[in-house]
Amino acid sequence: MSKGENSQLCTEFAGIRMKNPIMTASGTFGFGLEYKDFIDLNELGAVVVKGTTLKPRPGNTGCRIAETPAGMLNSIGLENPGVDHFKDVILPQLAPYDVPIIVNLAGNTADEYGELARRLDIPGVAAIEVNISCPNVKQGGIAFGTDCASATGVVEMVKRNTGKPVIVKLSPNVTDIVMMARAVEDAGADAISLINTLLGMAIDIRSWRPVLGNTVGGLSGPAVKPVAVRMVWQVAKAVKVPVIGMGGIQSAADAIEFLLAGASAVAVGTGNFVDPRISVRIAEGISDYLTERGLTHVSELIGRVNDYC
Amino acid sequence: MRKLLMQATVLDNMRLTPTVNTLRILAPEIAAQALPGQFVHIKVAAGIQPLLRRPFSIADIHAEQGTLTVIYRIVGEGTALMSSFSPGDTIDVMGPLGQGFRLMGERPLLVGGGMGIAPLLLLAKALCPRPVYVLMGGRTQEEMFWPPLFQNVCESIHIATDDGSLGRCGTALDMLPEVLEQNKIDVVYTCGPRVMMEGVAKAAAEMGIPCQVSLEEHMACGVGACLSCTCAASDGTRRKICSDGPVFWAEEVFL
Repeated sequence: MSKGENSQLCTEFAGIRMKNPIMTASGTFGFGLEYKDFIDLNELGAVVVKGTTLKPRPGNTGCRIAETPAGMLNSIGLENPGVDHFKDVILPQLAPYDVPIIVNLAGNTADEYGELARRLDIPGVAAIEVNISCPNVKQGGIAFGTDCASATGVVEMVKRNTGKPVIVKLSPNVTDIVMMARAVEDAGADAISLINTLLGMAIDIRSWRPVLGNTVGGLSGPAVKPVAVRMVWQVAKAVKVPVIGMGGIQSAADAIEFLLAGASAVAVGTGNFVDPRISVRIAEGISDYLTERGLTHVSELIGRVNDYC
Repeated sequence: MRKLLMQATVLDNMRLTPTVNTLRILAPEIAAQALPGQFVHIKVAAGIQPLLRRPFSIADIHAEQGTLTVIYRIVGEGTALMSSFSPGDTIDVMGPLGQGFRLMGERPLLVGGGMGIAPLLLLAKALCPRPVYVLMGGRTQEEMFWPPLFQNVCESIHIATDDGSLGRCGTALDMLPEVLEQNKIDVVYTCGPRVMMEGVAKAAAEMGIPCQVSLEEHMACGVGACLSCTCAASDGTRRKICSDGPVFWAEEVFL
């Protein structure tokens, strides 16, 4: 077995071979390289890079982050150097690593998503994650993720333009998450990831102004975990494609909840900010849990939550 | 230089004023590498509340002893928790992070305001044996606990307070032109409120003196991943304060 490999944890997810089912969530791990002093990227299941757009984006102005009880709000606004810079400068730096690189992409129109997918249908990219759930941009993003017809249009366009597995990242800011999940599955999604952040707001009671420059932002961290577990459970029951569960994972115990709820893999987001080594710790913790329970493989946990009685 | 994540031991956590503490920790691997202007990212409590780390500029280092000092004002939940750290406690620290000051010049001036004076202390030490000039501003004498800390590491200290209770009545900016001129300053370093730093940068530029500024912003990751702390650079692109900075050339980030 190569470095970081553990027979209990190795996973095949939507055709992607991973050493373990722990990924880093888009927007929380940069391009992976930012963390290389702290963690051997080869020990991760996959790296999902920062949301990438056709043109470079400066992101939102003003304060972009607010700490909230057991969580944080962000309104970064998809700041990124653009797809060409990613392809020409960043992807070559990731080439020496033996870890699947999943590129999260965001467009203003369905055509832009298609163009991004086409440009990223290249060696070195393991899969595409379609971001139809960013709450911090005016165009695109969540507008596609809260309407079934728009989401279907984007996913079909991406599928037409790439041979890579297509993961669709859903927003929790909808009334019926199952309806959205079924729509993107029907449109051809190879996998579904959820949840993106919950739309939230914080107010400074000294100035009577919003804390965030963008007024509202996305809530993440342990505070959102129960919402995420519930949505993963609902979606995993309703679709045939595999699900990546995320939202507030800080420990192996948290990750195991998502697996029992039906996620075939998990992603760690805000937790990376707190502990840059968290993904490796979680992989080790899951392995210990499997051994303690006399289980041989992580797949024995997936969707195994029982009814209460 | 390699960024580290380590468990550090608290050596002391002393009150400097009713609202300012100086925390000294044993963190030899970080202390051995850290440069003036860099920062450490501290988890102030185990668990998920508060969730995020807190960044603090490094105010002093004793590499031989393996110790590192941060000076912090108790302003919120995180720093209140820090004020209860006791000698022997173990704390979770990331560092050294960011790009520090570039040491240069023969007659440097350090201009600080508020808690922005903290990183200038280590900088003054690092600039020795050059004659280091220090100019600091604050609201009242009570906030001006800094001069004794600088006594042995600088040539002279110029002080301005808003109410005139210590030093000159006025702001550091008011005193800047004469301090620059009288001491034949050839490089300026500044850290403090943005308005002050912009004024310092402008005055330095007018006299053709290079100026380095240390910026501050709310941040989550501290390593350039989350993009919470980015700022607009003069050329229209963005800079990450945590990893491209916090120290920049003034003209790079001030229009």
